[in-house]
Formats: sequence, structure tokens, C-alpha cells
Amino acid sequence: MAMRPTEEIRVPIHSDQDIVVARQRGRALALGFGFSPGDATLIATAISELARNIVSYAQKGVITLRGIQSSGRQGLLVVASDDGPGIADIRQAMRDGFSTSGSLGLGLPGVRRIMDEFEIHSRFGQGTRVAVKKWNR
Amino acid sequence: MEVPILKQGEVLIATFQAALSDADLNQLRSGLVRQVVKFRSRAVIVDVTAMDVMDSFASRTLREIAHMIRLRGAETVIVGIQPEVAFAMVQLGLTLEGVATALDLEEGLAYLTQKFKNIN
Repeated sequence: MAMRPTEEIRVPIHSDQDIVVARQRGRALALGFGFSPGDATLIATAISELARNIVSYAQKGVITLRGIQSSGRQGLLVVASDDGPGIADIRQAMRDGFSTSGSLGLGLPGVRRIMDEFEIHSRFGQGTRVAVKKWNR
Repeated sequence: MEVPILKQGEVLIATFQAALSDADLNQLRSGLVRQVVKFRSRAVIVDVTAMDVMDSFASRTLREIAHMIRLRGAETVIVGIQPEVAFAMVQLGLTLEGVATALDLEEGLAYLTQKFKNIN
């Protein structure tokens, strides 16, 4: 199904099943925008990590997916937002090793590595918003 | 979705046709451990061909499965990791260290056959 780049997909995240829905919709959207299967998998993996953080730490939130364009390039924007407890120490959460080894990991360093742009806003007690972009090469 | 676990002689084979949620993965872990005990299996093959994404939770669960099975004296082989999934895992820094892997089910069975032959 062709989709205009301006349309936005909102996937409410309440359970681990929603994680699968969000990443599958992200992959389909990426492929529709002409991303390679490899890049579509990277995007789906990033969505999976971000959605899981919502379920694990905030219980509920939203993943939004949107096509973006900049100087003739097609890209995909993924925003994960929640009204959960927020991250007290973002620098610690962004440290490698803090992420992949233990069960406490947020997977954020990995997400930053596999996407082209990464932005996080979070304050303790005030929710978290992570915005990531991938550009089609 | 419950992952079917097939018994083929001394080997258990878990294979699925759709993406797994976290709950499915947890269920797979407990199901495999239970059946390895019940059937005194010597090996487990987990076919992840249908896995769309191998994120930190999925890799951790597969590592845990392999370690639990090893504590029972049996071996785990993960087969069918797709090329794009492998690429994403490397980029994310995820590993299946200490866990045997093979290209597909056939290669996984061949690996185990060879291994059992060396032990017997």
C-alpha cells in the first residue's frame, strides 16, 4: 500500500504484543519508502527496543512513525513517547554495556548506533521522548 | 502463540512461523526446559528463521535457554538467523556467545550427529 510521506502512524503501546505490531508496521513503512531489507530490519529492531522500554518502564505510551524528507532524501522518523517515571540519569542510560548485558538495559546506545539521528528528552518524573531518524541511502 | 516443540529421537526441535512476542519467548524457554527434563533429551534446536527481529530481549532469552539446557547436560543449536537480522545484531552489539549456531535445520542436525558420534 503506497503511503504519502506526510501521513503518520500511531501505535499505542500497552503490552509486549504491541511491540511486535509497532516493529512490523515500521518495517512495512520502511520498505514502502524504498529502504533496503537490511535497513528496514535495523529500523524494526530500533522500534522493538524503544517500544519495550515503554512497556518495561512506563507501562504505556505511543510509537509514532512518519516519513520525512530533507534535500531530496527520504527518511523515516520514529518517536517513542510516554508519561512514565522518566530517566534519572540519561548519561548512564546511554552508556554501552549498561544496555546489552543485564536485564536493566534500555538498549539506547544500540538504538543510537543503528539509526542516523537520535534525540532523547527525559526528566525524572516527567516521561520520556525518544526521536530517531533513518535516512535512505 | 505457543511454539510447537517436536521430538526427534534425542533432539527437541522448536520451530515457529511468525514473530514472537516477549511472552512467547518466555513460554518457549520454560517449555524447552520442561521437555528436555521430561524426555532426557541430549540436544535442542531452535529454528529462528521466522524471527523478524532479534533485539536485546530475544538474544538474552536465547542465551538463557542455551545456558539452562547446558546445565541439564544437553546442547542447544540456534539455526536460521536471517542475514539482515545477523547484520542488525552485530550493529547493536548483541551476541550469542557460547551458543552453537548453524545455517539451517539440516546443518544443525548434521552438527549434532557429528557431535554425538564423537562422544559415543
